[in-house]
Amino acid sequence: MALPRGYDGVVLAVPVTVPYVRHSTRSAQWWVGRALAALAQASGISHHEFDGLSVASFSLAPDTSIGLTQHFGLSPRFIDFLPLGGVAGVVGLRRAARAVQAGDCDVVACVAADTNAPQSFRQSLEQFSRFSQDAVYPYGAGGPNVSFALIAQAFMAATGLERSDIARLAVAQRENALRNPDALMKKPLSVDEYMNARAIAPPIHLFDCVMPCAGAEAFLVMREAAALAQGLPFVRLTAAIERHNGFPTDPVMLRGGWARDVTDLWAMAGVGPDAVDLVQTYDDYPFVSAMQFADLGFCAPAALPEFLRGHDFTVMGDLPHNTSGGQLSVGQAGCAGGHLGLVEALRQLTATAGARQVKGARRALVSGFGMITYDRGLGSGAVVLEAA
Amino acid sequence: MRDKKNPTLRTRHPLLPPAARSTAAHLLTAAAAQGRFALPCCTQCGRFAWPMPEACPECLAEVALKDAPNEARLISATKAEVPADSYFRERAPWWVGLVQMGCGPQALVHLHPAAQVGDALDMTLMLDRAGQAVLHAGPIGGDMTTDPQWQHMTADPRGRRILITDARHIAALPLAIALAGAGAAAIFAGVPEMWKPLPQREALLAVPGLVLVPLDVTSDRSVADLAHDIGGKVEILINTADLPRPGGLTAPTAQADARAAMETVAFGLMRLARSFGPPMTARGADGPLGAVAWVNVLSVFSRAHPPALAGYGAAHAAGLALCHALRADLATGGLRLMTVLTGPTEDDWFQTFDPPKVSGKALAAAIVAGLQRGLEEVSVGDLAKDLLQRLDENPKAVERALASGRI
Repeated sequence: MALPRGYDGVVLAVPVTVPYVRHSTRSAQWWVGRALAALAQASGISHHEFDGLSVASFSLAPDTSIGLTQHFGLSPRFIDFLPLGGVAGVVGLRRAARAVQAGDCDVVACVAADTNAPQSFRQSLEQFSRFSQDAVYPYGAGGPNVSFALIAQAFMAATGLERSDIARLAVAQRENALRNPDALMKKPLSVDEYMNARAIAPPIHLFDCVMPCAGAEAFLVMREAAALAQGLPFVRLTAAIERHNGFPTDPVMLRGGWARDVTDLWAMAGVGPDAVDLVQTYDDYPFVSAMQFADLGFCAPAALPEFLRGHDFTVMGDLPHNTSGGQLSVGQAGCAGGHLGLVEALRQLTATAGARQVKGARRALVSGFGMITYDRGLGSGAVVLEAA
Repeated sequence: MRDKKNPTLRTRHPLLPPAARSTAAHLLTAAAAQGRFALPCCTQCGRFAWPMPEACPECLAEVALKDAPNEARLISATKAEVPADSYFRERAPWWVGLVQMGCGPQALVHLHPAAQVGDALDMTLMLDRAGQAVLHAGPIGGDMTTDPQWQHMTADPRGRRILITDARHIAALPLAIALAGAGAAAIFAGVPEMWKPLPQREALLAVPGLVLVPLDVTSDRSVADLAHDIGGKVEILINTADLPRPGGLTAPTAQADARAAMETVAFGLMRLARSFGPPMTARGADGPLGAVAWVNVLSVFSRAHPPALAGYGAAHAAGLALCHALRADLATGGLRLMTVLTGPTEDDWFQTFDPPKVSGKALAAAIVAGLQRGLEEVSVGDLAKDLLQRLDENPKAVERALASGRI
């Protein structure tokens, strides 16, 4: 099959994070509003000029992106609504980039926002999907913990991964998060603490789990000429893949859809995994990050233990990974979890990551993963971004 | 006798597992209610699917429920130590498994703790405490009753105190014996009009743990009095009260007989429901041996009505109709309402009916087995099963057969 056309002339700019809070009395709409305001302020482009609006959220009901146009005074000619969880970032970026490239619109505000009240996480679980309602939630498996525990057990058995290997990812991310003032987790995490944490659903323990919170992530997609004219630092999109329900006949999820499209990804990017300076995976459980390293070509699945032991994943290390701290240490603001890595990579590649800046970062891999509506995560996607 | 309850502790309020299901998924409820193992299956390519889809994912044809082989293999297992849902959280850890079903799809199941990854498993489609269909799996040939999760979903008589409302019913004595054999802690056997002869008195009193109690379901006061005495102790109520009086619509005593049958079978049930329903429902989570089930023994002629049993059939139809309301009330406490539809029994009132007829022992065995499996709909006897199946397939043919005196 021929490779998709490139995304020539399309760039990402203006990384925005509306700092997370554990619980918020505000609605998701409020968080979208804060994100749009921050995009306008940082870009110097009035929000009235955003002629594309892409919104990822779980908690906007009864609104979708169309209602938000009137709510926030936009008159876009491209809108998108992505209640797709952790793959929404990559999916939204792909669509926005093509719309801009084709001239359907000029500037797309890509926003992911969710709110979180003390009861809202459990309530959202009850209605997460038809299959979950019929065949997951009634089994005490409410919440992804049990579903991912079943996958993790099979994945660890197949790859030889030990909890102590996976700990390396979680501990490195916490170290990165300590350099990120917006991270909700402020205390250091040791390997011992990870290993001795409370069991949630073995092999999933406390520090394998993200903390649901409220927050927003956002960036702009526009043509390179527009970014230059506005004087905005930007990064280029050089490759993108997306796949849903990639391996429907696998009895249990030992790989994600990335494995189907990884060759295309690196062919489009014109480089290999060894040429990236940092990696942002979707980390709603660190073993899922390990699965992404394998599926995205960094090593064979069976070599994962060795791979994890052989690298330093902190911002000072040889393979900086989830440099903001990732969802595990920053928090999971619902659908914004899939945008977190994109926004962080945008910061790193525009040298605006502050204390957690990876020196000389030029190229980043960002992957997304979303929606375990029954027994496996369905959505997978990945992009390669390059500094201008 | 069982241990006394500590009166200073709060009686737990019944919580229920998540009950929301898609409309299509309730096809499974019907199978689980009867103890059948059936799964969604493509009407075109014959592949089984799970969870319940609206079309076959392989060929997009319609799916229908079909009896399926129930073996599976355990892919992976975990125990939820901190479930999000309150029902499971207060019962944690809760074992959950991912199984590869022999018939094709994978499924999440309530898992027997003894199951190990790679084990061959027996699956059961059963009703949970919310009355909704779920899958359970445990080692092939293993004792499922040792699984606490299985115990939560069934209505095992073991250790429980049971009221049989009418000791004069043909099934009462064998039922008492079977319940005692199944480990019942106490059996209260109701006797209407205690002064009348009770030929099986000695045999009943010989059953371990059995006491005779006065109970006339046609009397408001009698039912209320007994509920005052033992309503807070009864964990399983088995309503055997009946008044079989054959007769067609135009028989001289038709109305009087029908009224009397209604008084026992329909209004009697309402009296029992009023007095025993609330205290039992409130004890749905009263420890591992809390109130768990209500059984109504009814005639299969509640569903199909022979002209020769006009009033009797109508009374039982009324009783069956009331079961739906009672089931909804009991469900708030997580209690199961099991209807047992029997064919003509081997007693004098069905003397003129042709065999096969149902013995008291067979009826008793079906009731105890139904409780142990947590069923909601049980039919007893070849005639009843045959009649119900024909009714499903061709109801007018059944009506015409009954009209011409055939069953």
